[in-house]
Amino acid sequence: MLLRVEDIHKQYGKDKVLCGVSFTMNKGETKVIIGPSGTGKSTLLRCINRLTPADQGRVWLDDEELTHTRTNINKIRAEIGFVFQSFNLFAHLTALGNVRIGPMKVKRMNKKDATTLAMEELERVGLSDKAGAYPAELSGGQQQRVSIARALAMFPKLILFDEPTSALDPELIGEVLEVMVSLAKEGMTMLVVTHEMGFARAVADEIIFMENGVIVEQGPPKQMFTNAKHQRTGEFLNKISELYGETG
Amino acid sequence: MSSRGGAPIQYIVRLGPYIPNLLRATVINIELLIGLIAVGYVFGTLVALLQVYGGRALCTVARIYEWIFRSIPALVLIFLFYFGPPRFGVNVTGFTAAMFALGFRSSAYQSQIFRGAIQSVPTGQMMAARSMGMSRIRAIFTIILPQAFRLSIPGWTNEFSSVIKDTTLAYAAGFNEVLRTARIVYDTDMTLAMAVLVFVALIFMVLTLLGNAAMGFVERRFRIPGLEVPGHEKARQMSLGSSGRGRG
Repeated sequence: MLLRVEDIHKQYGKDKVLCGVSFTMNKGETKVIIGPSGTGKSTLLRCINRLTPADQGRVWLDDEELTHTRTNINKIRAEIGFVFQSFNLFAHLTALGNVRIGPMKVKRMNKKDATTLAMEELERVGLSDKAGAYPAELSGGQQQRVSIARALAMFPKLILFDEPTSALDPELIGEVLEVMVSLAKEGMTMLVVTHEMGFARAVADEIIFMENGVIVEQGPPKQMFTNAKHQRTGEFLNKISELYGETG
Repeated sequence: MSSRGGAPIQYIVRLGPYIPNLLRATVINIELLIGLIAVGYVFGTLVALLQVYGGRALCTVARIYEWIFRSIPALVLIFLFYFGPPRFGVNVTGFTAAMFALGFRSSAYQSQIFRGAIQSVPTGQMMAARSMGMSRIRAIFTIILPQAFRLSIPGWTNEFSSVIKDTTLAYAAGFNEVLRTARIVYDTDMTLAMAVLVFVALIFMVLTLLGNAAMGFVERRFRIPGLEVPGHEKARQMSLGSSGRGRG
């Protein structure tokens, strides 16, 4: 088991965002988290790599408990990629600079090796020709692909995607999903918060439906789409499929 | 008219012999400027970092420091720094006293330029850096500060055109900077008073122009698409002397 999330609680003021979320992931799996907005999906991702500390509950990556206070969280974060909705590429660095800074500054790789590695990762997302461009010179889709390359360059055990296509113009969503689909097929372990049902259908091993801070239902896409146990799940999936279509 | 000195050309001729001394004294002002900017930069950066990242206690210390050096008149500071240390058995030269008095004062202003720049770097940048395993300190130095530095160049241009004029206040500390040298000239020949003061004024107009051109060069040199301060370039073109309203 690669990732084990156990009974995560998170509260902002009086607002209970997560009320006991537990699930596990095996190596090579892709899981998609869906649910109405404000359900705590993004908070859950952030609790997993402690960008947001959980109030209660525990998380293990391999056999290391990363919620333990004595765990070197920086070391573990280096093993968990994070792809943000708003890309968050480093504005003062080129595409190449963004991808190689992690290997250089966190993993102490020398510049030459880091550059070679970064170019490979940019190639992998189809952007080696944009290596010298600054984030502001790239389209949203390109920026998100660079940010995926930036995550890949750290050789992560797991990548967390927080609505990676939600900030994109519709015509740019496809190129990002394409990269994600190929990653999933290569066996990358991915936990993805998204509304892209086409993506979920195509590559997800399991869909997790969350609402009001808890997991309502989880299961393989086929079962979830055709034979949901809870009425709410079916309703939500239908609505989302209508709204977002089946891109990817 | 002729009894009050005649044509301007006559003043220029009569001022001639004093010009080398005045220009030599100007070099001292420039040295003082460089010294005080350096002192101000180092302490200003430190104060800004403490204010943004220092936690409550350190932030309070930094705020008190900033308050002290922003509220005391420059001339009073120079006197305090010049006449104060000898009372404790420490002898300082006028130059050193002026450099630190004006430098600390400038640091209070520079800290606010820099604090604003640090705070205008989007929070997602820090989050992305932390998510790949950078420590907070490393993220500050490799991601936040390089961006803040670029964003603060316009503010610095303004600060530069302000403190360059402050260097004449150092004549109170009794060394031969340009204004004191000018005074020696008109103490010698009262009829040259206006001419020499106009000459000093011209020197500072030229220095400000050159300084702003240099800062403009720095700004272009470090320009990164997406990290410009909006509208700043236009504002600079419209005002010849300064990029904004100085405080001098």
